[in-house]
Amino acid sequence: MKRRHAIGLGAAGIAGAGAGLAASRLLPEPAAHAADPAAEAIEFYGAHQAGIVTPAQDRLHFAAFDVITSDREELVELLKAWTAAAARMCGGDYAGPGGAVGGDVYAPPAATGPAPGRPATRRPLTIGFGPSLFQDADGADRFGIAAKRPDALTELPGFPLDDLDPAISGGDLCIQACANDPQIAVHAVRNLARIGFGTVSIRWSQLGFGRTSSTSQAQATPRNLMGFKDGTANLKAEDGDLLDEHLWVGDGDGADWLAGGSYLVSRRIRMMVETWDRTSLTEQEAIFGRDKSEGAPLSGGGEFDEPDFDAERDGAPAIPMNAHVRLAHPSSNDGARLLRRGYSFVDGSDDLGRLDAGLFFIAYQRDPATGFIPVQQALAKSDVLNEYIKHTSSALFACPPGVADGSDWWGRALFS
Amino acid sequence: MRHHRIAALAAAAATLAALAACTEEPADDAADGGPIEVLATDDACDVAVSEAAAGTVTFQVKNEGAKVTEFYVYADGNRVMGEVENITPGLTRELVVELPAAEYETACKPGMTGDGIRAAFTVTGEAASLSEDEALQAAVASYKEYVANQSAALVEQTGLFTEAVKAGDIDGAKALYPVARTYWERIEPVAEIFGDLDPKVDAREDDFAAGPADPAFTGFHKLEYDLWITGDVSASGPIADQLTADVQEVVARAEAEELSPLQLANGAKELLDEIATSKITGEEDRYSHTDLWDFAANLEGSEAAIASMRPVLEERDPDLVAALDERFAAAWDALEAHRTDDGWRFHDELTQEELGALSDAINALGEEVSKVAAVVAQ
Repeated sequence: MKRRHAIGLGAAGIAGAGAGLAASRLLPEPAAHAADPAAEAIEFYGAHQAGIVTPAQDRLHFAAFDVITSDREELVELLKAWTAAAARMCGGDYAGPGGAVGGDVYAPPAATGPAPGRPATRRPLTIGFGPSLFQDADGADRFGIAAKRPDALTELPGFPLDDLDPAISGGDLCIQACANDPQIAVHAVRNLARIGFGTVSIRWSQLGFGRTSSTSQAQATPRNLMGFKDGTANLKAEDGDLLDEHLWVGDGDGADWLAGGSYLVSRRIRMMVETWDRTSLTEQEAIFGRDKSEGAPLSGGGEFDEPDFDAERDGAPAIPMNAHVRLAHPSSNDGARLLRRGYSFVDGSDDLGRLDAGLFFIAYQRDPATGFIPVQQALAKSDVLNEYIKHTSSALFACPPGVADGSDWWGRALFS
Repeated sequence: MRHHRIAALAAAAATLAALAACTEEPADDAADGGPIEVLATDDACDVAVSEAAAGTVTFQVKNEGAKVTEFYVYADGNRVMGEVENITPGLTRELVVELPAAEYETACKPGMTGDGIRAAFTVTGEAASLSEDEALQAAVASYKEYVANQSAALVEQTGLFTEAVKAGDIDGAKALYPVARTYWERIEPVAEIFGDLDPKVDAREDDFAAGPADPAFTGFHKLEYDLWITGDVSASGPIADQLTADVQEVVARAEAEELSPLQLANGAKELLDEIATSKITGEEDRYSHTDLWDFAANLEGSEAAIASMRPVLEERDPDLVAALDERFAAAWDALEAHRTDDGWRFHDELTQEELGALSDAINALGEEVSKVAAVVAQ
């Protein structure tokens, strides 16, 4: 039975099947929203993909896709179509010509939104390729690219205390869509999913808000849902040579197609906020190794002063041996540096009435084997924070280098 | 809503007013010496000859099998040129069909499902070339013929179903339920034009404040409830009679209804939306779990509407036709994985992963079908 009354045979002719049949309204494309400083000058084309060192915007929609075709050509066509749509959306435009309302009135709009009148903001879109895109679980070469899979692009090892749900882990492709307006980020993923129907299927997706990292010195360090400034020592856009050393895959790293790209690790980290909230301030600060008000290390100074791990207070280390800042610090991990780009999430409440909230951790790095993996091994073993958190999803993707120009497309070097 | 619809239909009729009536060609089957005999069994479909002269061609289909069968003549892209449904074992039925010169396929469908047993059929002679407007009108005429065929079978099968209910034959009625619904679901967008009748035939318990006990709850799903949930049809007689009458009225009204090409296009899309929203979720046939029968019927109905417009679409957007063919084939592939000897697997037997694959196929197909309306409206 019909449950909608808008369209359908009965109402099909509402718009008039007569003289106006071929009329299509052409409305102006929305301009980028000039008043929004973070909306300015996100360059889609370049040596590296947008959305990595691009100053982190406030909202995230991250989606992992399974490729459901076995036809390499179809996958390539999709990547080209996605690149074109992403270039438009990154510039603050609609995903397709005509946008949400400017096309043929008898055709579905080329873009799902946003609605006219809502300022179009720029939105960096970033793509990544998962290990399963190269080889399936039986080791079969899915698209003739198995030989191009870099050694580092393999399933992450299991870590102690992991409580991963396979349904929201992994994926053949990922799209990270960031924007300052949550609707804009959601429309970006929605548009790409629609373009991909028949070729890819969304495996899982995650909404995030309130960036928990700063990726530029121009940005203040934000706070996570535990109320702490975290990731002060993050890699940042201005770090120059450090980025080549720790963030971007180099020419000789084993996969030519990936040079200029980066590895993305995502972890959905649930926080047990109810028990955290009844933990004393002293204990909270000892767990992080930072003071809660300023974010300064417990060894003294201000937020951006280096922690002094040798400093003592009352005969004990000022920063406890198992404090988060100590365990995660580059000095404890052979100099490992990550570019973190995580977001807070609240997915409602669980069936016990507890907030289903936490950190959707995203980190970019040159090589997970010297980046996320050793850091997480150390954290999973000793971090006191583990009492209050639980990793529920995990994924690793290789994000190719940037798109050079309008004739280039995501993954061209991989598929050529 | 209805007011708007009438106005719109009037406009549609005006658009088509200049079109000539469907070209009539003289009956010419005598050239081959009368009707072409078709001998249908459960595993064969013997068509006496494989070619004919352009014009009116008559097939005489005799079912010597044990299963109820159907006979179709398809043009390119599975466009139904003519069909005769519901040929019960032992019965002979005639199909009279107008065939311009072209390559066709004949098909018997023992059990009334699947692609059928096919054979090539060639029609030679004068090929009538239609103008664009004539092609659009032919599309509507072709689809109306499809609706007429389905309607006849709908009335017949609903009659058998309601008789079984009234006879207290629960097992028989359960077997007939998805079969009768097949014909309803194939042409549902047409039935839905009649906003007053549609709910009486096809509403579900959550459309009513008092749920299944609501006295206004009638139609297929009320009987489904009685058959599968209470298992008691002793008081279902009036509901059964009402359903028979309502279905007959829908069919009578559908026959008188003028349709526009745009309505065909939107109907094809709407049938896929039906699958996406209520069949994949299992909420349509929540007591019997026979949703995949409805799924297949929606898909067939959508395909029939698209096929009727095929000549126009091929003229205006051949790439779209190729994409439609590919996506329809993929959707059928996904669905065929769940076929059983006597129909389809029950919805509650499918895993979430299997349902996800069906959903992906329908989403991919729906995106292409949603482009058809703008093409026929050009």
